[in-house]
Formats: sequence, structure tokens, C-alpha cells
Amino acid sequence: MIAEIGHFCLILAFVLSLVQSTVPHYGAAQRSLALMGVGRTSAIAQLIFLLAAFGCLSIAFAISDFSVSLVANNSHSDKPMIYKLSGVWGNHEGSMLLWVLILGVFGGAVAIFGRNLPPSLLARTLAVQGLIGAMFIAFILFTSNPFDRLDPSPVNGSGLNPLLQDPGLATHPPFLYMGYVGFSIAFSFAIAALIEGKVEPAWARWVRPWTLAAWCFLTMGIMLGSAWAYYELGWGGWWFWDPVENVSLMPWLAGTALIHSAIVVEKRDALKRWTILLAILTFSLSLIGTFLVRSGVVTSVHSFAVDPERGVFILGILVVTTGGALVLYALRAADLKMANLFSPVSREASLVLNNVFLVSITGGVFLGTFISLIARETFGTDVSAGAPVFNFFFVPMMLGLMVFMALGPILAWKRGNLRAALFRLRAAAVAAVGAGASAIIMQQEPWSTLALVISVWLLVGAMTTVIEKAMPSGRDSGSLWSRLASLPRATWGTTVAHAGIAITAIGIAVLSYNTSETVAKLTPGQSLQIAGYELKLISVSDEQGPNYTAKAARFELRQDGKLIDRVLSEKRSYPNPGSETTEAGIRPGLIGTLYVSLGRAYDDGAWAVRAYYHPLVVWIWGGCLIMVVGGTLSLSDRRLRVGAPIRARRAQPAVRPA
Amino acid sequence: MNRAVLFLPLAIFMGLVGYFAIGLTRNPSEIRSVLVDKPLPAIDLPVPDRTDIRLDNATFQGKVSLLNVFASWCIACRVEHPVLLRLASEKAIPIYGLAWKDKPEEMKAWIAELGDPYSLIGDDAKGRTAIDLGVTGAPETFVIDRKGKIRYKFVGPIDDYAWESTLKPLIKLLEAEP
Repeated sequence: MIAEIGHFCLILAFVLSLVQSTVPHYGAAQRSLALMGVGRTSAIAQLIFLLAAFGCLSIAFAISDFSVSLVANNSHSDKPMIYKLSGVWGNHEGSMLLWVLILGVFGGAVAIFGRNLPPSLLARTLAVQGLIGAMFIAFILFTSNPFDRLDPSPVNGSGLNPLLQDPGLATHPPFLYMGYVGFSIAFSFAIAALIEGKVEPAWARWVRPWTLAAWCFLTMGIMLGSAWAYYELGWGGWWFWDPVENVSLMPWLAGTALIHSAIVVEKRDALKRWTILLAILTFSLSLIGTFLVRSGVVTSVHSFAVDPERGVFILGILVVTTGGALVLYALRAADLKMANLFSPVSREASLVLNNVFLVSITGGVFLGTFISLIARETFGTDVSAGAPVFNFFFVPMMLGLMVFMALGPILAWKRGNLRAALFRLRAAAVAAVGAGASAIIMQQEPWSTLALVISVWLLVGAMTTVIEKAMPSGRDSGSLWSRLASLPRATWGTTVAHAGIAITAIGIAVLSYNTSETVAKLTPGQSLQIAGYELKLISVSDEQGPNYTAKAARFELRQDGKLIDRVLSEKRSYPNPGSETTEAGIRPGLIGTLYVSLGRAYDDGAWAVRAYYHPLVVWIWGGCLIMVVGGTLSLSDRRLRVGAPIRARRAQPAVRPA
Repeated sequence: MNRAVLFLPLAIFMGLVGYFAIGLTRNPSEIRSVLVDKPLPAIDLPVPDRTDIRLDNATFQGKVSLLNVFASWCIACRVEHPVLLRLASEKAIPIYGLAWKDKPEEMKAWIAELGDPYSLIGDDAKGRTAIDLGVTGAPETFVIDRKGKIRYKFVGPIDDYAWESTLKPLIKLLEAEP
């Protein structure tokens, strides 16, 4: 019964999304407030039914209702409850349902918080959002119904891929989807603006918080995915340039460009066409991500069921969404007039440079990801881009971007003074030289030295404004705290997010060239040496988990003969479905992380043990978290708060009224 | 600004859609149909640390076997590896490995660490044989019949489900053939 209720709710949500995608448009054309209001009502109603549908599927998983085909194929009654629930989105059908649910949440949020928007803009935005929803709900209903029954129902389910039975999986996809789908709001706003034929600074102020929120979620999602790969795949890698990773990175890069170019629209009424195009591009890249993972066009570890029929459907959605948007863009963008010019040395110019870098990098990642497909179909040759190809352009371009990232935020709008700005960066320059000297003394490779110099330059440079505020000056007296608190939250956001990038970059630079790795054949009692530590294999025993058996290897970690920690590394066998995972033994540390993975067993009772010492690896993820904090700080700036434009205008007379 | 420039993004996008559409039709069923029921192309690969034997067409005669394309740099192969190990330990079917564009030392270290499910490994460091086989990525697995004909190509990591639902029944059928 639950499955039928869920199915019925989904059908109702589909009907509502059809209403939402048509009536408000008509209302906006007719200037009828009542018809435009239908957009808000239907968006909220649609959200309620999507929640109900998702709730029904979750209940089916929680009570292990194996008469539902999806539950039978992806769950098992032995599974711990948390993985029964995360199993809802650990498969194609359920994850699509989560996707549309998040789409509904964002649409509902715009409906609820967007009351202060001009009614026609709100109506058209919700209508576009409704159309995206309608297409994806149709996709679920017609090709991937999660509520299909199985008759007769099996006694037990076939289980969830053990690689996915992990806290990382429970959280990674929802965050990723909130990022992907969150960009749909920027997209819908862009299309609404194109239909309306005008983009005003106020438009950018309404779009930016949604984009920023999506960006924070996506950053978090990518970070969780990377951390999951690190501890679960068992070989110490944190980024593989795998196609599916790349498709999450591309919307991130484009979305990063978008939040920056939207600033220029908001403050200076310029870069409008470009920002609209970026909004279209960012969400399109999210859709391509969805397409790629589900179509099997490129093989990858992450691929769900390879099913060409579904691929065709998603490709159709992509054509309607992106193709339609680009047609509209081609026809209407010329009407968006550029209002203000700026000098090559100015905040605007630096943000343009940021966009040039980010979009070029996105293009490079795109080409690298699809080169095998393009080469195969155009020239009939097999070409594939691996990590060296990606690093070849990604690293220098990212470093180039970071050089300017320190400068941009301290340049003035319209016309900046390069000399004055560089003078303000003297502390950063000193720190960078210091970092370079230490790196050379520590005999770092040229690339990691360069990366460290630039990262430290950025780290200190990003904090310039804050450091200056912290220094007492004649103009600005008061306590340190009150001086720092006088900085706008958005400035704090920029500072913190840019510092986060620097911290991630330092982690990558140091890790890439300083990892030590040892493989040894050990019998219990023997030990291996790594990075000044002694790792002693104490025992390997059979353990019984809730739904797996494991070979558990216990190690003692000693430094200078003193026991400093114990490490447990496991190889787990899951009978349902029969497969194995490596649970690496990890001793994380701010300076270095020790990573132990258990390999094969030899006939003589010895084990292959691989140990890594990864310096600063946690900085990579720590930097991402700091970026998210920065984004959240910026989001909390009252100027950006949705529904606060009127109050904000009073507080900030510099911003041109809409 | 020239208005035509505004159509550029659309033009690029339509081009991409073309590629995606072709990619969809090609993958993976058509690749299969091109190769299926054709004899294996000429294979003659050195086996690391063995001078007495090579991985060649004679290897595949007289039994149903798998030819698994793998590489130490391939992440998905890591995911697939435990399944192959289990099949090997159950003696389900002889599995031959084709180490694709891999340095022999790295491949050997990989096998030493994770275990060896392969009856023999052919070293295709240059990737020449993989081209003849039409390999598009790793891992890929060919099902070879008694006469040395390719009967099926599996793209991507073999998991339990794929083994039980697709490969195992097919191998049963092939083994029943004369």
C-alpha cells in the first residue's frame, strides 16, 4: 500500500509541476496577479507531495518491504537502519527521486522566501523551475519508477553495494544534489530575466544567495566524495580525474565563476549577458553530470545502471533545457545593454580575469572528460586523458588564478590603483618569499615550491583587509573586536573562502610530492618503517560485523620506541551482495596522516601490508570546509538575505535602487 | 557586439548533443555486436617473469575462458578485483589478464598487493593488442569460447550481479557447446 501511495503522490506532483510550468507564464503575460500566484501555490503543493513520495519510499526501505522491486534489489534485512535509509538514494531510481525532491525543496523555498520579488519575475522563475521538475518527474515515472512491485516478493533482498554502506555515501549524494539542483534556481532566474528582457542589479542580488547556497552544498558534496574515496577505496588517493568526479567539478568551477560575475552585475550593472550565460552553463553542466552518470557514455566506477533508454530521455531533457535556454539567449541577450565601463585595473576587471581563468579551466576539464568520446567518433582513434593531462593544464592555471585572487578583493571598483594595492600586499609578499625559502631549504620539488609560494601569498593576501582592520589606526579607534566586527560579513566571507582555497592548495602541493609509501610482507610480530614511524603487525583475526565478516589486522604505531597509537585495518566480506571492501586503518593528523591498508594473505600466514604517510592530506578537505564557512558567512550578510532588498537599500546607499 | 556571436553557445551545444547522441547509440551494445562471434584477433604477448610461455591465441583453445583487461592505474579495476579473486578461488572459470598500458613493475606490485586471480597475464604495455580488441576502457572482459571466438564483451567492472545474471548463465551455455 505504501508504494502505491508514494506512486500516487509522485503522479500528483507531476500534474502540479505541469500547472506550475504553464499557468504562471500565462499569468505574467496577462499581468494577472491571481494566475501568477498559482506558481507559488503549486510549487509549495508540489514540494509537499514530493516529500510524501520520498517518505513512502523511505518507509518501504526502513521496513524492508521486499515486494517493492527497488528495495529487494538494493536492500537487505540485515543491514543497519542507517544504511537501509541511505540505500534509498544508493541506486538509480531512488537517487532520481531525491534529485526531484531537492528540486522541489528549492522551488518551494523560492516560493516561500521570494515574496518580495517582482511578481512577474517570481512567476516566470517558478514556471521554469516547474518545467524542469515536470521533465524529471516524467523521467522517473516513465523510465525509472522506484515504486514498481515485485511479484512474488523474495524472502530477502540482494543487498547494497558494500562500498556504499558507509557514512560517506549517506551524506555525499544529498549534498552533491543540493549543489547541482541548487544551480537550477540561478538558471530559472536567468531564463525568467531573458523572457522579461531585463537584468537589473537587483536581479543579481536575488540570484546570488541561491547560487552561493548551491555552491556551498556542492563544495561540501565534492569534499565528502573525495574523503570517502580516500578512506573507502583503500589506496590512499583523494582525486582521480574520474569522469564522474570531473562532472561534479565542472559545475563547481562554473558556479564559482557565476557567484563572482553576479557581484559585478549587482555592484556595477555590467557583465549581464555573460552572467546569464554562466547561469545557463552552470546548471547545464549539472545536467550533463546527471546524464553522464546514468547513460554509460563514459565508463566509471560511479556509473549506475547502464541503460541507453534512460540516457536518451535525459539527453532529451538536456536538449530542451539547455538548448531552449541557449536559443532564448541567442535571441534576447542583445537586448541586455551594458551600462558601465571599467578600467583594466579595477575590481571588475579582476573578477573578469577570475571568470576567464575559471571558464578556461572548466573547458579544459570538459575536453579532457569527453575527449575519448569525441576522438572515437570523429577520428576513430582511442584517446583518453588521464591524470597527467589534467594536471598539465589544471595546476598552472589554478596557480595563475590564485596569484590574482589575492589582488582582486583589494582593488577599488571602476578604477583601481595597482601600486597602492600591491603595497598593501607587502605582508603577503614577505610571507610568500619566506615560504619559498623554507621550501627550498626543505628540498621541495620546483612545482611544489612554486605552489607553496603562491598559496602562502594567497593565504596572507586574502587576509589583508582583516589584518589592516586589526591594526589600530587614527580613523578607526575602538577595540580590536569592534574593529573586526565592523567589517561586513561579505568581506569576511571572501577572506575566509579565499583562505580556504589557499589551505587546500597547500595540502595538495605538499602531499603530491612528499608522500611516502611502503609495501611489505608481514607476519604478526613483524614491523615496517615509514616516515620515522614503526608500524608493527600485532594480529590478524576474524571478526563478525552486523552484515559482514572481516579480517581485522591490528597494528601498533611506535615512534622512537614509544607506543603512540593503535591502528585497525580491515578487509570486509559482505555476503549480500558477495563482495569485499578495504577499510583502511587511518591515523589522521594535522601534519601527516598514516594510512594502512591490508592486502592479500600469503599461504605462509603473512599478509601484504601497504602503508602510506600522507603529509597535510587533511588540509585538502579542511580547506574545503573553510570555503564552505566562507560561503555561509557571505550568505549571512543581510544585504544578500532574500526578501531584504528594501531594508538593504537603506543600509547600503551605494547600491543603486532597482 | 555582433549578434551572430550570441548563437555561438547554441552551435557548440548542438554539436555536443550530436556526440552524446552518437555516444549513446554506440554504447555499449553496438561495440559488442561488432566483435561478438568473431575469432580473437592475433594475440602474442609476453608474460612477466616467464620466458617459457606467452599469452597467445593457443592459450584460449579448448576451454571457455575470460580475458580481462585491467591496469594498475585503473580505479574501477580495484573495485572489480575482489570479484575476480573470488571467481578464481572458486575455480569458476580460467581468467586471463591483459595488462593494458601498464608498467610491468607497477602491475606486478599491484598483483602482489591485491592477489592474483589470473591464470596468465599478458603484458600489453604499448596497448597494441588492446586496439585490435577494440578496448574502450578498463576494465573490460571478453568471454571466449572453446574455439577461441569472442562471444561476449562486458564493459566496466564485473560485480556480483553482473556475474550471476549475465556472465555465469552465458558461460554455462558455452560450456555445454561441443
